[in-house]
Amino acid sequence: MTRTLAILARNPLSAFGIVLVALVVLGAAFADVIAPFPEHRGAVVDFLNFNKAPEWPYIFGTDLVGRDLFSRILYAYRISLLLAVVVLAVAVPIGVVTGLIAGHFGGWTEAILMRITDIFLSIPPLVLAMSMMGLLEPTLVNGMLAVTAMWWPWYTRLVYNLTRVEKEEGYVLAAEVIGASRVHIIFREILPNCIPAILTKMTLDVGFVILIASSLSFLGLGVQPPTPDLGSMVAEGAKYLPDSWWLTVFPGLAILVVVFGFNLLGDALREILGVDQ
Amino acid sequence: MQSVVRLILKRLGISLVVLVGVSMLIFAIARVIPGDPARIALGPNATVEQVEALRQRLHLDEPLVIQYGHFLADLARGDLGISLYTNRPVTADIAQFLPATLELIFLSAVLMIVIGLPLGVLSARYRDTWIDSTVRVVSILGVSAPSFVWAVILMLLFSYFIPIFPIAGRISTNFVIPDVTGFLLLDTLLAGNLAAFGSALSHIVLPAFALALSGIGQAARLTRSNMVETYDKPYIEMARSYGFPERRIAWRYAFRPSLIPSLTIIGLDVAAMLGNAFLVEAVFAWPGLSRYGVAVILRKDLNAIVGTVLIISAMFLIANLIVDLLIAFINPRIRLSQRAA
Repeated sequence: MTRTLAILARNPLSAFGIVLVALVVLGAAFADVIAPFPEHRGAVVDFLNFNKAPEWPYIFGTDLVGRDLFSRILYAYRISLLLAVVVLAVAVPIGVVTGLIAGHFGGWTEAILMRITDIFLSIPPLVLAMSMMGLLEPTLVNGMLAVTAMWWPWYTRLVYNLTRVEKEEGYVLAAEVIGASRVHIIFREILPNCIPAILTKMTLDVGFVILIASSLSFLGLGVQPPTPDLGSMVAEGAKYLPDSWWLTVFPGLAILVVVFGFNLLGDALREILGVDQ
Repeated sequence: MQSVVRLILKRLGISLVVLVGVSMLIFAIARVIPGDPARIALGPNATVEQVEALRQRLHLDEPLVIQYGHFLADLARGDLGISLYTNRPVTADIAQFLPATLELIFLSAVLMIVIGLPLGVLSARYRDTWIDSTVRVVSILGVSAPSFVWAVILMLLFSYFIPIFPIAGRISTNFVIPDVTGFLLLDTLLAGNLAAFGSALSHIVLPAFALALSGIGQAARLTRSNMVETYDKPYIEMARSYGFPERRIAWRYAFRPSLIPSLTIIGLDVAAMLGNAFLVEAVFAWPGLSRYGVAVILRKDLNAIVGTVLIISAMFLIANLIVDLLIAFINPRIRLSQRAA
């Protein structure tokens, strides 16, 4: 604990990252209380106040049908964070188990699993998710599915590389000598030593999943209106540059803030847990 | 030298296996979608006969394995089928739109190398100073926004507020350049038209920067972290005690070993760029593969989707092959292993 605090004190940027993440998470969780116009999350029209530049009480301005951008960004954060958590909750276990199996068993199992991983990794991430989203219906659940499909192989590769190093260590040999089962060796001996690296990558990835999901919806292949989404807000506003600049700049900066925050947090975690790059 | 050839052949073989796998994967995704692909492609107004004719043409009534066989046989002849969106061969469509995208990606890769690597070197050489912190913040910021956000911000700053770069397109419409390579920067030079070259260059600067920013950040961070490790090695201390200038130590001794991991990450970043080009092209109305790709995806144009994804993946595998080759030539342990044995 003292070491953690010392690392944070030495590195003000890491502390800044924690603050950014905390602000975003709290803002999303308590959007109903914080948002000045909670009803603007949906299909509300207020033509008296449409396309307003930032001014009180619309601190980020209003969109083309008069909805408060600040309120919509808070609700968009809520959906982005939910999507990131679900994607990682599905993709990480799949990737970790396949990585452990490929790394531990070797031989044909390894060859087949790692070639499948290579295949997924050689379609540029966004392109794979785009094609899947285009062929399926663009809903939140399908978006999660498409991003998960491109995400798990990264964890397979990470855990595979770690497992190959760990299985040569003395403690694994010792467990084998006393006759421990394979399941015990894989999950109770090797896996715990991979946890710090997995946790660090997961933290960084919360930001990157949000980034990819917003890219999909920017292209019109993500969450559909009137659900607030940062990517589609930027796409919609880009048609009205430069006059209505707030329509694109604030949602764009909102993406930057959350990804930047999780990046700094991930870096801090890497240092605290002592993970090699 | 023999070992390099063997390495290349081995990598080439693996790439080919992976590419076949990619074709199976994308083929499977395109065929197992819910609903009748022919009906989806033709829309609700098509007659039953029209749908049946398309089902025949796409071999949709046969088992999936046979369908894939047809696809492979066509592919071997260089035929990716007819796009249902443009009614032209998919290969012709891709050939028309690909050069603009490749030109953009190539310039971005150049920017990533000539900006990202020196930034990393600078950061490591002035480790724990304000220079290091600044580079660190800038490079994390670079990877923290999707390229469409950078595209919009760059456009707002340098096309509207300070109008020095054009807003959209590849070149001013008043230039007519004979199409030789499809790469406008080359074609204008081949035509000897310097004014047109200037116009093409000014059009590509902002999109290329928007696409390169995240790669610049990643290249800088990786170069820094590798060099910081190298700086602790005894041979650096020896070079210092000989009184070599710091600049020479940085580039000749500390940077060189980190070149190989940096090149590897550049290969991966090119893959990301192939996807992100879709975002940047959308913002700058860049007439590349993106508009076509998004259009065919929204129209559920199966042949065109499969073809586009396959070509993009092939580009990625080629880029990685080039990186592997460069590494084989740079790394003395691979280059010289035959002579030592």
